[in-house]
Amino acid sequence: MFKRHPFATTVLLLGLAFLYLPMISLVVYSFNESRLVTVWGGFSSKWYSALLDNKPLLSAAWLSIKIGAINACLAVLLGTLAALALVRFSDRRGHKSLAIMSAAPLVIPEIIIGLSLLLLFVSMERLIGWPAGRGQLTILLAHVTFSMAYVSVIVQSRLNHMDRSLEEAALDLGARPVTVFFTITLPMIAPALAAGWLLAFTLSMDDLVVASFVSGPGATTLPMMIYSSVRLGVSPQINALASIIILLVALAVLITGLLLYRRQRQLPHP
Amino acid sequence: MKQLHRLLPRIASGNLITAIPWFWLALFFLMPFLFVLKISLSEAALAQPPFLDWIQEIEDGLVTIQLNFGNYLLLIEDDLYLAAFWGSFEIAVISTLLCILLGYPMAYAIARAPQHWRLPLLMLVILPFWTSFLLRVYAWIGILKNNGLVNQLLLTLGIIDQPLTLLHTPVAVYIGVVYSYLPFFVLPLYATLTRLDTTLLQAAADLGARPWKQFLTITLPQSLPGVIAGGMLVFIPVMGEFVIPDLLGGPDTLMIGKLMWTEFFSNKDWPMASALATVLLLVLILPFVLMRHYEQKASRQAQES
Repeated sequence: MFKRHPFATTVLLLGLAFLYLPMISLVVYSFNESRLVTVWGGFSSKWYSALLDNKPLLSAAWLSIKIGAINACLAVLLGTLAALALVRFSDRRGHKSLAIMSAAPLVIPEIIIGLSLLLLFVSMERLIGWPAGRGQLTILLAHVTFSMAYVSVIVQSRLNHMDRSLEEAALDLGARPVTVFFTITLPMIAPALAAGWLLAFTLSMDDLVVASFVSGPGATTLPMMIYSSVRLGVSPQINALASIIILLVALAVLITGLLLYRRQRQLPHP
Repeated sequence: MKQLHRLLPRIASGNLITAIPWFWLALFFLMPFLFVLKISLSEAALAQPPFLDWIQEIEDGLVTIQLNFGNYLLLIEDDLYLAAFWGSFEIAVISTLLCILLGYPMAYAIARAPQHWRLPLLMLVILPFWTSFLLRVYAWIGILKNNGLVNQLLLTLGIIDQPLTLLHTPVAVYIGVVYSYLPFFVLPLYATLTRLDTTLLQAAADLGARPWKQFLTITLPQSLPGVIAGGMLVFIPVMGEFVIPDLLGGPDTLMIGKLMWTEFFSNKDWPMASALATVLLLVLILPFVLMRHYEQKASRQAQES
């Protein structure tokens, strides 16, 4: 690989180093005794135990996990419907507008999404009294809106590339469309649904900007908590938190990678 | 008749499947923009929420409608806003170019790697994207600050004898933006590159074209739709970026996202923030249309080959 494309391979290695060095530095300095984060003062795991005693941070993390999980389920449901509509029912009214509306949230700056949703929620509250106040519910509604767009892209690509002969055979043999969907289509797109769920969960866990706009008093998510701490300067506790997140993500990606790899090897080559 | 009996629920279900996500997005994605437009035309006030409605009821049934274009006028008159738009544009353009320069060879190397290497390499590029964006930007504070890693390294090596000021400068913003958005460019480009028709390349090689010439005359033009689509995927969100200029930039790094945040949270000027959002949205329509066009072109190309 290096011999055939020396330039591209060198840039790839440099690019990967650029992507990983900051993350490695976060992990290394989370074990630093010194409060000064980047000045080494000996090995210590005290920031991890400090993290476990940080009650506000833990409750913010719990809130984010809760919103993230519910968001992921709703986003998979709505995103899959959108993908089915876009791939399988391209003759229906509203198809074109749905295509644009479900692609736009992927690129529109978060700050616009956050501001516009807040104004919607405030105006709706004045007009119809719902949603009353802002907090967990409004964060959830906002997160589902942009997460479903990501899920829809993943599921669309799976639907576009899947073999439809099984579905057609089942329909020809007289199976009802609903039965075909639940016994054939759904199991076939299941990996995409799982990937979509994880992505939606991550997006929600990661969102600072939109949540800052649509949240109210009493609903502080983990990124909001991290942001207010980071604004005050670097803190070894945040490094410890980052290391835990990096470890969890790396494990999840490794497991998924191994599963994908095994699947790829089991499938006969076309 | 039996056919029709089976066809009817299918038509109905197709409409329902389209309608549910359509209404959700219409309500929570499209409608909010109407409110942004509406509030951008109203006046800021010391109230809860902090703006005056344009429709005021004076007496029973008698209403006045008062539109306020002042926010838009101020946008043109005050140099601050223009400078912020220009600042965002400059940073977005340069970072997109940097992402292309760095990301193209990366995507190319992965696409041309032996089959069993591709998936692990791709996973390596995607992995950072799954960890917290905020924390990855935070990591750069520790690296770039005055007693941070870069300065410590350069001081120890004796290359400099005074720490460089890197944090809170435009350089830090560029590093942060390229770092955060690189995977967004590499992924779609990788997909384009692996789907390219290789018969032309073989023909060129058989006829004796050199590798560089093959690349410049065949691969590069063929992958251009993927480059533009991926570039827009970087350019558009960076135009409204807030976290990176806020944490890594200095007071002189003017960007529209940061200014909107200040107008909204510090100045409590919701109408002005809305006017900024409206203009930013209008500015971004063209890049969005470009992106859709080239995305579709890239996927059509893939289907043909």
